[in-house]
Formats: sequence, structure tokens, C-alpha cells
Amino acid sequence: MTLSQLSSPNVMNDIITTMFNKKFLEELFKPQELYSKRALRTVFDRLAHASIMRLNQASMDKLYDLMTMAFKYQVLLCPRPKDMLLVTFNHMDAIRDFVRDSPSILNQVDETYRQLIEMYTPLSGGEFQLIRQTLLIFFQDMHIRVSIFLKDKVQNSNGRFVLPTSGPVPYGTQIPGLIRTFSCTGEEVNRVQFRSAGNYTAALREGSFEMHGDRVIKLGTNMYGVSRAVETHMSGTSRNSSQHTKVNTAPNPLAKKELNLLAQLMGGLDMQKPVGSDTSFRVNLFATDEEEEEALMSRPAELSYEVINIQAAKDQQTNAELARIMGEFADEGEPSATPSSKGDELLAMMDGL
Amino acid sequence: MYHKEKSIQIKSSASALYNNLSVLRIAPRCLTYFTVVHANVVNMVSASWDGLNFSHRQLQSKEGSIAASSSLIMQASWCVLPSRELLVLTSQKGIQMYESDGSIMVYWHALDTPETPTVVGVNISSAHPAQAVFARGIAAVQENFICVGVSTGFILVFDIPSKGSNIMLSEVLEEHRESITDMASECSGSLESVADLVTADDSGALCVWKSGEDFQLLNKIPGFEVCCSSVKLWKGTVAAGYGSGQIRIYEAVTGIVRAEVNAHARWIYSLDIAPFSGLLLSAAEDSLVQVWHLTVIPEANSVEIQHLYSECVTDTQICGAKFCDGEGHAFAVTGYDLSEIIRYTQE
Repeated sequence: MTLSQLSSPNVMNDIITTMFNKKFLEELFKPQELYSKRALRTVFDRLAHASIMRLNQASMDKLYDLMTMAFKYQVLLCPRPKDMLLVTFNHMDAIRDFVRDSPSILNQVDETYRQLIEMYTPLSGGEFQLIRQTLLIFFQDMHIRVSIFLKDKVQNSNGRFVLPTSGPVPYGTQIPGLIRTFSCTGEEVNRVQFRSAGNYTAALREGSFEMHGDRVIKLGTNMYGVSRAVETHMSGTSRNSSQHTKVNTAPNPLAKKELNLLAQLMGGLDMQKPVGSDTSFRVNLFATDEEEEEALMSRPAELSYEVINIQAAKDQQTNAELARIMGEFADEGEPSATPSSKGDELLAMMDGL
Repeated sequence: MYHKEKSIQIKSSASALYNNLSVLRIAPRCLTYFTVVHANVVNMVSASWDGLNFSHRQLQSKEGSIAASSSLIMQASWCVLPSRELLVLTSQKGIQMYESDGSIMVYWHALDTPETPTVVGVNISSAHPAQAVFARGIAAVQENFICVGVSTGFILVFDIPSKGSNIMLSEVLEEHRESITDMASECSGSLESVADLVTADDSGALCVWKSGEDFQLLNKIPGFEVCCSSVKLWKGTVAAGYGSGQIRIYEAVTGIVRAEVNAHARWIYSLDIAPFSGLLLSAAEDSLVQVWHLTVIPEANSVEIQHLYSECVTDTQICGAKFCDGEGHAFAVTGYDLSEIIRYTQE
């Protein structure tokens, strides 16, 4: 198989169709707690294998690390929390471009834009900051070095991101340096400039939050403008492994149920099953097969994600039931009950199938 | 003006949360306690003044009065009352109060009880379905109150006895419409202050209160659609830090803006005041900690603020900064993803 087949429309379309499946998105858009690391890694694995592309453990780990660090970078460096939505639109714009010639998938993508706009544009800055703070907890203590970030000097050799103290201030912020004083009747009586660290310029115009428009912010656009080597460095992470604190140390009964539900949803998706091993192709993110094997062996234990193996079970009847149940649940009109009770009921219904 | 001292290592890194550092100075024992929140855990470290002894403790969020929980802790802060000091933790599930060394939990209050509903509105099905639930904003007020904010905008007022665990919810103040971010009580020690407490929310609205058996709202200063993430009250003057990077100084009772400072290039996460000197500390996501001098002369109706010092903590989004003493001789700083408390002392 060749690289050109890797970027063939089929692979892209398959992955995007899976990602934007209606039921899956409905589940994603429900207000809920942050996914556990295991759950997210499972979703990612499933998505990556939604086409005829195959990656083995080491390459998958590498791809996941790359995706995680890139996303951490984007969330951390957003000038203001609301810009995360613009970053999301950058991702969406790129996806829409991939499927511009496929009307049915394009439709799903456009529908997702509408849902994003409806759900997120009314939120206040403080609410976006809360979302951002929660996401940052997920990414806490991850300092995997990524080649392209090291080369571009956005990441230090210790794995921490560079935070620039220059450039335009966020939209809505003034350039630091001015103190204005007012009398007790409210008139301005004095203006003093002070010298502050940093070298900032005025804010750029605000990006567009519509279906189409200039997002202005560059975070979330294609990191690989020119084709470059994709590498993550595993050595050096062991230095940081002592700080690799696991969040959710208390057993989370919802996690297993979450994963089961995801398994059901994703198992029921119309996947392109490779017919014999001839049509599938294996992606190796390392220079040679030997390197890939070695990377797998030497990966620090605490970075293993304990992936739950999800079978692409295509039990049509089960999934019709699930869809019906999901539909019923949505009609109840209650606000989201506490997560554990919601999980219990759904699980009980699924057990009864 | 300040130079860096040896940092104190903590057991896990600081999470990106407003006001994510609390400091308690225990002069009789020559110790200072620090707390830093990491997800569902509070890292407590006690440091002897000679710099030789450190001891660590970790507290976890709870669900119910016993079960350990994975629910995220939003804030941890010491509350100093005349008779006792309590360590208060606010999380997505409720409010925990401990003896000041973190050894014993003396009180647990669950959110989502009839007195403190987490969904506001007559018709529950019409409430915003995505409303997050949590407590945030902690202040000790006057002799015997501890106030805590909730994501609905409610403020819970707890009556604290001089010892023991007979803590009671005395009042619920329903004035704010957005999630509470922070609150602060008058810290000058002056007996002349009218205002005892200022509370802030996500919309930037500030409420000024007089404490008592029934708390009285003295003033509501409207926000301007910018989140106020940190607030202090000193000599009847409010210092407020905003998501826009601005610091504003208001007269508490009248609500008049006396100063506007374009202080930071990113979201402010923490403000602190050294009550004996009027030094003001601000810290933000732009990696800067800055020291200002706030001068308030009530008799002359004079309020002034002056920039004194900036320190850049390279490649760090700062989430907590507090003075370590009442004069402001030293301060401590925490940052997202950092497993240390960085300290600075005046030259």
C-alpha cells in the first residue's frame, strides 16, 4: 500500500462518517463529566480503526500521544477561554473541507456545527474558563515531547510548553501598562504608565462563531503545513513519570458503564470491514518495524492505557433496541439526573436486552 | 525588590483553578502551612521558618461524610476566626471543614439539598440542562461566620461555634445570578468598617454585605460581562481581578470605581493584600506576578494605586499567589502543572 492510498478519500470519509455518526454525537453532546483517560483512549482507538487503516500498539500509542499533546497545547495556549470554540471551528473547517464532495457526510458535519453553535455560543467567559480548567485537569502532568513542537520551539526539552510574553493580547483585553485613577465623583483625575514585563500589541479582531467565517486564531489549524516527520520522544518521559499522578484514583463505577455504552454505540456503527487481509493496510509511525517493536517494549508502564477491547459486534436487533431506548430517554424531559443513576438505568435496560 | 527563595516541593502539581493557594501562618510554632489543590486532592505542606522541616498531608474530596470521591475540588482555604481556624474545601459534591492541621473533618455539607438546590427555577425541566454543580468562594467573616459560594450564585452562611462540630447553616443569600467565583472579608482589622464581606461572580457582579444574624446587602456593583475571578476587601475598598486582565478598585459601600489598571495580558487568577502595608499582589495566566501599593485614606477620600514590581515565572500559567505575612515581606506562588510552591522574599 502506498502513502497516496493513506490519504485516499475512502479512509478520510470512513473516519469522519464514524466520528459524526448521529447517535454517537448525541451521546457526546449530553452534559456529562470528563471522560476517564481509558475511555477516551478507547474511543480514539475505535475511530482510528474505523477505516481499512490498521495501526499496531506502538504506533497507536504514538499517535495518541501526539494527539493528546497537540490538544493540550491548543487548550493551554488559547488567549481567552472562548477561543477554544474558535479552535474547535478550525478543526471542523478542516474536516468539512475533506468531505466537501460527499453530500451525506457533509450534512452530518453541518449539523454538528449547528449543535456546537447552539450549545456553546451562549456560554459566558467564566463558563468557558470552567470547561478549560476541567480539560486542563485531564492533561495535567503530561509532558511528552513532540518533535514538531521541539523544532518549532513551542515546547522545551523538558516537555513543557513555551508561553510567549509577547504578541497580540486576547480580544477584550487591553495592553498592560496603564493606571487610571478617578475621584470620588467618578471623574478621571490621573493617568500613569507603568513598565511591565512582556511586549504586547493590540488585540486582533474577533474570529467568527458562525458556520462559515474567518476564525482569525491559528491554533487548531493544520500543524503540518509541509510534510514533516511525526515523532514523539519516549525517553525522558520516565523522568517525569514520578509526577504522573492518576486522577480518579477512587474506583469510578460509571467508567465501566460508560465504556459499555460506547462499545454498544460504536459496535453498532456501519463499519467497513476489511474483506480478507488484502484490503487492509498497516500504518507504522516509526522508521522501521524493528523500531516499532522496540518502542512497544520500552514504553513506560504507567503510560499504558489499558485499552478495553471492543468488538465490532453488528447485532442489528440490539442496536435497534438501544436506539429506541436512547430515544425514549431523551423524551423524558428531566434535567440530567445524577450520573450514577442515569448509568444504572441505561445499564439495566441494556442488560435486559 | 524581591528575590527568589528555595521552592517547596508538593506531592502533586497544582490544577488550573482560581485562587489555588492558601497560606496560614502559625507564629507560636514558627510554622507556615500551604495548601494547593490537584483535581480531587488537597496537598498540604507545613514548613518550619528555619527552612529545615517540611511535613506533607493529602486530603481528598468526599461524597457523603465518609466516602472518598473523585469529584473535583474547586478551592481550599483557611478561615481564621477569633476562636479557631478551620480549613474549608469546596468541591462538586459539597463543603468539607477540617481542623486547621487537616487532621479531623468537623463538618460536611452536601450540595443539592432542599436548602441549597443545584437547579434553580420554578419549573425544573426548563432549567439549563448543562448547569455544572459545585461550591467555590470561601471567607471567614467577623466572629463566627464562614461563607461559601455555590455555582447557582447562592451564598451559604455557616454559623461556627468557638469549638466542636456543631456547625449550622444559618442563612442562604440569594443575590448573585451567576456562579460565585471568590469572596473576601474586610481584612484591615479596623473597627470602623461598615462592609464585612464582598462576593464576586462569573458576570463580574460584586455584592457588598454587612454580617449579622441576617446578612444585609449594602450594595450590588453590576458586572460588565467580564468574569471577576478574585476579590479582596481592605479599608472599605474592594480590589477585584478580572478575566480581561484588569484590576479595578472600588469604594465598597458606594460602588464608585476609583482606579482601573490594565495589569495583565491574560486572565487574572489571584489577588492578595498584605493588610499592614497595603501591598497588593496579582497573578495571572500571563506568567506574571505583580506587586502594587494600594493607599487608602478614608478621611481624605483618597484611593491610589502604584505599580512596584513584576516577576515573570517563565512558561507558567500562575493559579495562586499569596503573601506569607501581614506586611508583605514574602509571597508564595503556584502554577498549573507545577509541583512546587515558589517563594519570594523582599530584599
